[in-house]
Amino acid sequence: MTTNDSVVQPLVPDAALVPQIVIEPQKGWASLDLRDLWHYRELLLLLTWRDIKVRYAQTVLGATWAVLQPLLTMLVFSVIFGRFANLPSDGVPYPVFTFTALLPWQLFAFSLTNASNSLINSDKLISKVYFPRLIIPIASALPGLVDFAVSFFVLIAMLGYYQIPFTTRWLMLPFFLLLAVLSALAVGLWLSALNVEYRDIRYVVPFLTLFWQYATPVAYSASLIPEKWRLLYGLNPMTGVVDGFRWALLGIGQLNSLLWVSMAVIVLLFLSGLAYFKRMEATFADVI
Amino acid sequence: MSNIAIHVQGVGKQYRIGGQQTGYRTFRESLTGLIKSSAGWIQGKKSKTETFWALDDVSFEVKQGEAIGIIGRNGAGKSTLLKILSRITKPTKGRVELYGRVASLLEVGTGFHPELTGRDNIYLNGAILGMSRVEINRKFDEIVEFSGVERFLDTPVKHYSSGMYVRLAFAVAAHLEPEILVVDEVLAVGDAEFQKKCLGKMEDVAHGGRTVLFVSHNMSAIGHLCQNAVWIDQGRLQMQDTSNRVISAYLLSGTTTEGQVQWANGLSQPGVTEFKFTSIRIVDETGISTSTLDIGKPFWIEISYTINETLPYCRVGINVYSDTGEVVFEAYDSDDVRHSGQREPGDYVSRCKLPGNFFNAKRYFVSVHAGIPNVKYLAGAEYALAVDIENIGDLSQMLGLKREGIVFPKLVWEVIRNETE
Repeated sequence: MTTNDSVVQPLVPDAALVPQIVIEPQKGWASLDLRDLWHYRELLLLLTWRDIKVRYAQTVLGATWAVLQPLLTMLVFSVIFGRFANLPSDGVPYPVFTFTALLPWQLFAFSLTNASNSLINSDKLISKVYFPRLIIPIASALPGLVDFAVSFFVLIAMLGYYQIPFTTRWLMLPFFLLLAVLSALAVGLWLSALNVEYRDIRYVVPFLTLFWQYATPVAYSASLIPEKWRLLYGLNPMTGVVDGFRWALLGIGQLNSLLWVSMAVIVLLFLSGLAYFKRMEATFADVI
Repeated sequence: MSNIAIHVQGVGKQYRIGGQQTGYRTFRESLTGLIKSSAGWIQGKKSKTETFWALDDVSFEVKQGEAIGIIGRNGAGKSTLLKILSRITKPTKGRVELYGRVASLLEVGTGFHPELTGRDNIYLNGAILGMSRVEINRKFDEIVEFSGVERFLDTPVKHYSSGMYVRLAFAVAAHLEPEILVVDEVLAVGDAEFQKKCLGKMEDVAHGGRTVLFVSHNMSAIGHLCQNAVWIDQGRLQMQDTSNRVISAYLLSGTTTEGQVQWANGLSQPGVTEFKFTSIRIVDETGISTSTLDIGKPFWIEISYTINETLPYCRVGINVYSDTGEVVFEAYDSDDVRHSGQREPGDYVSRCKLPGNFFNAKRYFVSVHAGIPNVKYLAGAEYALAVDIENIGDLSQMLGLKREGIVFPKLVWEVIRNETE
């Protein structure tokens, strides 16, 4: 044996009578088991860190990609929608108007896409070792925050360039950021679990994010939507998030019932996604 | 140490088989499946979805500090049992109680990422196997030393040779310190020297008071490491006894000394319809089916099978085991490139010639397998045939020149007398 501490600690007699782990068939809906999740928190961090490290490992430009993507999209949008189509941008220069929305949007789209494919990309792990499966979609969604942080510096520079003042509304940013991540996770939980059973999801996700972007006020202003359709529009959770970002950073628009609708949808999607995921979890290893 | 570590009560696991071969589906398949089954319903036919019990009512106990071996043929349910004990999948019925922290090793290097360095992978793999950061820090040097890859610690593992990769992976796994360790055939990797090192480590673990559950096809490893063994056959517990008794009963079961086996309805894995074995036999030089052969004479193993669908690639082969269950060799018809292409539907015979003056005068066991490597296991019969090699003709051997060893090859020797100048 290697060291002294590798000798098994004798179990306390009382403790020995109570099994530490009981394995039984899953009946109906599974409980969340937060204690188990907490026990594996280090794995969550390591998997997140792995994804971040691996993603830029063999790219020439490295983290520059995180900036280039929204920056180039902003340029294209500014030329097409800002200049040619002359879409209104609520009195704010169009480039910064769309860039403010592109950041949370790309965070959402990236996290959603990664989370959706996360389980089937981890098929080896799932079929060979136990840990709470929830870790996988969460760990693959989180690296989006790194890209977000990098691009955020560019946004601050742009705000300075356009002389948009810094207000206390910034304090609300973490909240909207949380909403963006939660929305991505909510949809990601649903899609990742569905993806295990139906591989079509892999092909659906790119279309979904493409259409979803046009259903979200990224390139245009939510104020273009007629008043009577607003609440319906709010059913898209990203509407509330993007509007929130513009409200906090650019000082345009107002927080209204639309945000409440978006928040309610996020919570509903998240809880149902969690429940569906936990229900399907037991069979992942059998079908993946 | 008489406390119970693992208590398995009436555990069963049911799988669905039928129309779909792979686990996952596409919407299209679900839709066509729905249409087909409703069409069948209209015509009064029953749905084709069948179920089978990969494990059925298995119960046993393992005491703390005991090393127990699990043996059984391919598809007997060993892997399913391991997956349930490792909490990878849930049983359909029954209950398992585990008294202590469990770590399972169903594969070495699970979660290794080729882009990451050896150092990074130690932490990642350790965490995946359930070690905490503190624990890994504490054992880091030991792990590195065991693996012997110090110099390449900061090199991405994609640049490692496969031997280094396996050594590092096993080194991490070997330093797990759970109260209960569940191990699947991970020892079937690496070179012989490293395998020995691994077995030594396993022995330490097994004799160090830990509870070990060990699945292997290597009967000699099981006999060596485990006092007791459990034999699972067709999802059911066949026998639980000391490992020597279980191994000898296992090797003799299902084996025929008739020199041939026929499967009237064909033999294939559950859910496989495109392939089935129909028979295997041992044929001597004169074309007669037999199981007793002369040590100096070559013989043939003939495997007959039917293919029902065009297979883009498949291979049929044999494993030959010694009487203690050690693998002497494995060989496939696709080893010969002429036979490595597509196979159309039809009845086939794959036969191979085994040379004379190669086996020792012992009993050997032959398993047959068919599959598409890395894709699908089609059919298999473990230890289906026994072959008795005897000294019939060779006078020098009859005079009592028995030889040690699994094989007794007749080598070409040259004796040269150096001319002194």
